[in-house]
Amino acid sequence: MNSNPELVLLRNQREDRPATLEEYRASGGYEALALAVREKAPRQICEMVKDSALRGRGGAAFPAGLKWLGVKEDAPHPRYVVCNTDEMEPGTFKDRILVDADPHQAIEGCILAGYAIQAQRGIIFIRPSYEQGAQLLERELEVARQAGFLGQNILGSGFSFDLTVHRSAGRYICGEATAQVNAIMGNRPHPMKGVHMAAQGLWGLPTLVNNVETLACVPHIVRNGPEWFRRLARTPTGGGTKLYAVSGKVNRPGVYELPIGTPLREIIEEHAGGMLSGGEFKACLPGGASTRYLPRQFYDLEMDYDTLKAVGHRLGTGAIIVYDNHTCFVGATLNLQEFFARESCGYCTPCREGLPYIRDLLWRLENGEGKEEYLPMLRQMAGHMAKSYCAFAPGAAEPVISLLTYFADEVREHISQKGCPFKGVDKPRPHLWYPPEE
Amino acid sequence: MLPEELHAQLQKKIAAAHRPRELAIDVMYAVQKHYGFLSDEGLLEAADLLGMTSLELEELATFYDFLYRQPVGRFVIHVCDGVVCWMFHEGSVFDYLCQKLGVCAGQTTADGLFTVLPTACAGFCDHAPAMLVNGVPYGPLTPESIDQILQKLRSESCDLVVCR
Repeated sequence: MNSNPELVLLRNQREDRPATLEEYRASGGYEALALAVREKAPRQICEMVKDSALRGRGGAAFPAGLKWLGVKEDAPHPRYVVCNTDEMEPGTFKDRILVDADPHQAIEGCILAGYAIQAQRGIIFIRPSYEQGAQLLERELEVARQAGFLGQNILGSGFSFDLTVHRSAGRYICGEATAQVNAIMGNRPHPMKGVHMAAQGLWGLPTLVNNVETLACVPHIVRNGPEWFRRLARTPTGGGTKLYAVSGKVNRPGVYELPIGTPLREIIEEHAGGMLSGGEFKACLPGGASTRYLPRQFYDLEMDYDTLKAVGHRLGTGAIIVYDNHTCFVGATLNLQEFFARESCGYCTPCREGLPYIRDLLWRLENGEGKEEYLPMLRQMAGHMAKSYCAFAPGAAEPVISLLTYFADEVREHISQKGCPFKGVDKPRPHLWYPPEE
Repeated sequence: MLPEELHAQLQKKIAAAHRPRELAIDVMYAVQKHYGFLSDEGLLEAADLLGMTSLELEELATFYDFLYRQPVGRFVIHVCDGVVCWMFHEGSVFDYLCQKLGVCAGQTTADGLFTVLPTACAGFCDHAPAMLVNGVPYGPLTPESIDQILQKLRSESCDLVVCR
């Protein structure tokens, strides 16, 4: 059992197995639910979440309490809570660790959200790669039901709420709230514009969609108070701890729960074990694939929403992908654009046509066919992504824009050397999907 | 045709659902598991069970990564080509996998055992480079560990099954 007193979300994490209901309860689990249904009005829970400065952990950073208060008290029923555990942002794996560590914490968060907006039903939306997590959640939901925390008349309060697991079949866009609702309804999961989810979401009824990490914070806020939660942060405007998922060229990749606003240097050097030997920190993507490269000059920056925003960046999911000085950023950005071009749902033209265009320019640069004029072409097309239907393509453009901002010299080296300076002109690095030679 | 028992089981599940359409993916997974892939016949049966048109289901089946509209091997290997795994593929473990099996992306080995598919970041970046075999994650991969995994799969069955 992890005994670090500063841990909140991962306090019950063990190496060998997920925490049980008994272990979760021994750490104060379900006390918040009992307090809420017996002594607090639903609206009070929303207010507590608002006062806690909790912001959406799925990447958008929207203030959670405001989202919850967006469901009007006289809104129709049934109402829904959707717990977003789709987590397909490249580099992001915190939700998997969170659910596997302490499933009841996520479950209690969902039930509290249900109580706060007076919902009848919750759905945990989970990606197929996390089938182990889906099976764990289904098992523990039944355990919660047997214990009286879930289902009819929860803890004798008269409040009824039930949760089910919804398995996805794997597509990045399903992480977007409106697309996720379409996915649950058995529709092709295109995003929807101009839909006010708090009024007309799933099946046209009030729906709250939150990331599972956001929801997992709620039991702690209700039990310890919003002020306590705010004090956990290392920045004046932040709230809580954050699950930083560190991957890439570090010695100990993994999820580290730290006060939100912990400086990047500290996360990498003190927690993730520093850079792999032989490499130096070159840049990171601070919050998954749809954020901008954060280069060396920001190494001491506090990793919080407002601190990153102040320098023109986004924290996103807090999934820190660390690159060293041996990594080619044209190659890395090409990989990201291959991902985005493939995952585009194809609904709107800028995204469907623009991303392959960007990918092709990067492919030419990486493979020695680059020209100086490709730089303004890339910049222009990345700018056009803002004209697309949803936030997918603007997110995809972020690494491209920052490649041109911070690493234009590296791009130009690809042009002058007619190939990737990281692998030599005549010796292409083996590509992932070349067919074997006949 | 789906066996009667499975058909009845799915009918019962759909009847208990909030709305039948919410089970579209679950039903397609079950049908896929029975046939080994989501066959035309299976798609029509799923549509019939759900009260949806086959076109509606085809819209979904062609959209998602883990629904297979063509026959696949007994083990479907989803190899992560996310950016973190990309960083670690200098030793080209994925090429190694393809060469070892004698197939390229999207193909199935002649013995019908393995299908190799690229997949978006699978969420196992702390174990990069990683892959999923019928939903079971493996990583960090090396040529040696790939040899061992393939050997094990040839001789043992796979416990966690997502979609087949």
